[in-house]
Amino acid sequence: MVQTIASIGLPIDETLKIQKNRLVPHNQLKGNEKRISIVTGTHGDELEGQYVCYELQRRIRENYDFLTGIVDIYPALNPLGIDSITRGIPGFDLDMNRLFPGSENGSMPEYIASRITEDLSGSAAVIDIHASNIFLQEIPQVRINEFSKETLVPLAKKLNVDYIWIHSAATVLESTLAYSLNIIGTPTLVVEMGVGMRITKKYGDQLVDGIFALMKELGIWSGEVSEPKEPIISEDGEVSFINAGSSGVFVPSIQHWKNVRKGDHIGDILNPLTGGISETINAETDGIVFTLREYPIVSEGSLIARILS
Amino acid sequence: MEEKILFELDSLYRDNMRIKGYCFGGGEHSVCVVGAARGNEVQQVYICSKLISILEQLESQGKIKNGKSVMIIPSINPYSMNIGKRFWSTDNTDINRMFPGYDLGETTQRIAGGVFRNVSDFKIGIQFASFYMQGSFIPHVRMMKTNFEDIELAKDFGLPYIFRREARPYDTTTLNYNWQIWETKAFSIYTNATDCIDSESASEAVNAVLSFLNKQDIIEYNCHEGYISKFIEGQELVNVKTSTAGFFIRRASVNAKVRQGDLLAEIVDPYSGKVIDSICSPVNGIVFFHADQPVIYSHTPLYRMIPTDDLG
Ligand SMILES: [Zn+2]
Repeated sequence: MVQTIASIGLPIDETLKIQKNRLVPHNQLKGNEKRISIVTGTHGDELEGQYVCYELQRRIRENYDFLTGIVDIYPALNPLGIDSITRGIPGFDLDMNRLFPGSENGSMPEYIASRITEDLSGSAAVIDIHASNIFLQEIPQVRINEFSKETLVPLAKKLNVDYIWIHSAATVLESTLAYSLNIIGTPTLVVEMGVGMRITKKYGDQLVDGIFALMKELGIWSGEVSEPKEPIISEDGEVSFINAGSSGVFVPSIQHWKNVRKGDHIGDILNPLTGGISETINAETDGIVFTLREYPIVSEGSLIARILS
Repeated sequence: MEEKILFELDSLYRDNMRIKGYCFGGGEHSVCVVGAARGNEVQQVYICSKLISILEQLESQGKIKNGKSVMIIPSINPYSMNIGKRFWSTDNTDINRMFPGYDLGETTQRIAGGVFRNVSDFKIGIQFASFYMQGSFIPHVRMMKTNFEDIELAKDFGLPYIFRREARPYDTTTLNYNWQIWETKAFSIYTNATDCIDSESASEAVNAVLSFLNKQDIIEYNCHEGYISKFIEGQELVNVKTSTAGFFIRRASVNAKVRQGDLLAEIVDPYSGKVIDSICSPVNGIVFFHADQPVIYSHTPLYRMIPTDDLG
């Protein structure tokens, strides 16, 4: 059943709606059913979650009798952004994930954020699916603020991701959707996977398997599920960053999610005007490349890779 | 006057981006002024250019006090202004959300870091800032509550109001906030225009800064000393929102004194021309801020009012 969470009048004959689809068991609800919420599309250029929303519902419908709880699916928290290929909220140039928990009396984006927070609160779990950005490719991973690791790591291990990154707290992150929900006791897992403006079907299928495993754990699904893979779990100290030292065109010479040894060639930054190589980038540690530059043009400082040692 | 390149970013496809500081006087690092951080902050660069030209004259007349120095940085983001973008040209990040910066980080973190290295040891920092929503303010000094803010000192700008609000999580990465954390007394100055040049409002800002420098005994400059500033806290302001979308026809401007029930604006249906909502002031007060977009969404804060007594 499609429901509207927030409705905003736009000036010229248009209404902006934030919508969700609610799937409930066929049997009469007892009132104590648990609820899982799948949200995505906060950043309008991240599309991996769109396929997940579809595929999860398709598989539920195939075996609807196994549904024993409530599944809420919010494919587009920032519908204008998705429609206009804009990462932030068009017209405001704001990162929507810096506005939570929002405010009922604030501006339109803050009002929407407050409606979303209110609607999601009380879920047994919220999965907030992100897709990196257009610049970087990410292996399916869950990112967890260290303050909530006790609650979230056991849930994240069900999600069938390759990697769980427990990162340190930063004040600026207190205005994200995940932080705002975790702080009020609604467990929220942030998934990052794939790359902006694309759909990586393999990753989507992998995550949907994981969502079913989590639903089973929570008592929302009674059907068979596949055993989630054992993720690598790490904290900040084990992650090293490689940033471009000069501007140019980055061409990688390694593959994503592959082991590298210290000194291995990661790629080159080329100069198409002179035909020269501006920078040769080598790994500074042994480890596995879980983030790799996708967008070729780089300037000084652009992130090239993250390596987990 | 000395022109310094504070930070330079190499580029493959464009001229290098240079962030320049214009330094006057010598000795202690007294006051640093930062203009535009975003590509649309044209007025902020304009104000800095006026300040640079006046300080150059004052310096040649020996009117900068011994042992004091002032640095003006007109723009920390010329790249975005040159291509008509508000935020960073490639990844759309906001340099004013990257402080204190990080020399080994992403491009805009490096820019912020390069700027901050050069400005963090000044005793006083002044930034000409802009609001995330299009609109006009009564000229004011704006500060965040950090326990380092200095309301008394802010009065020396002689602007009509000093406005203090609570810091929110995403404010902790602004220049103003980090200046304060690193023990620089920081002030943000808001005037009317951003995307266009408003010379009257620019003169007011220039005068406020010069009058401030004069009172701090940094320059010798006789001028009108402005107002006795009134201090207001963010929560004192009364927000007036619209619940309807459409054309926004403004009936009251900044500084207008209105009584409870007076008409502030009308919302007009963009196709039928009918007035679909009349926005009236819920209080007696003065218009501190108004939005100025021609068309507005529903749930848009249109006015912020400073409540006053009704003196008939
Ligand atoms: Zn995202």
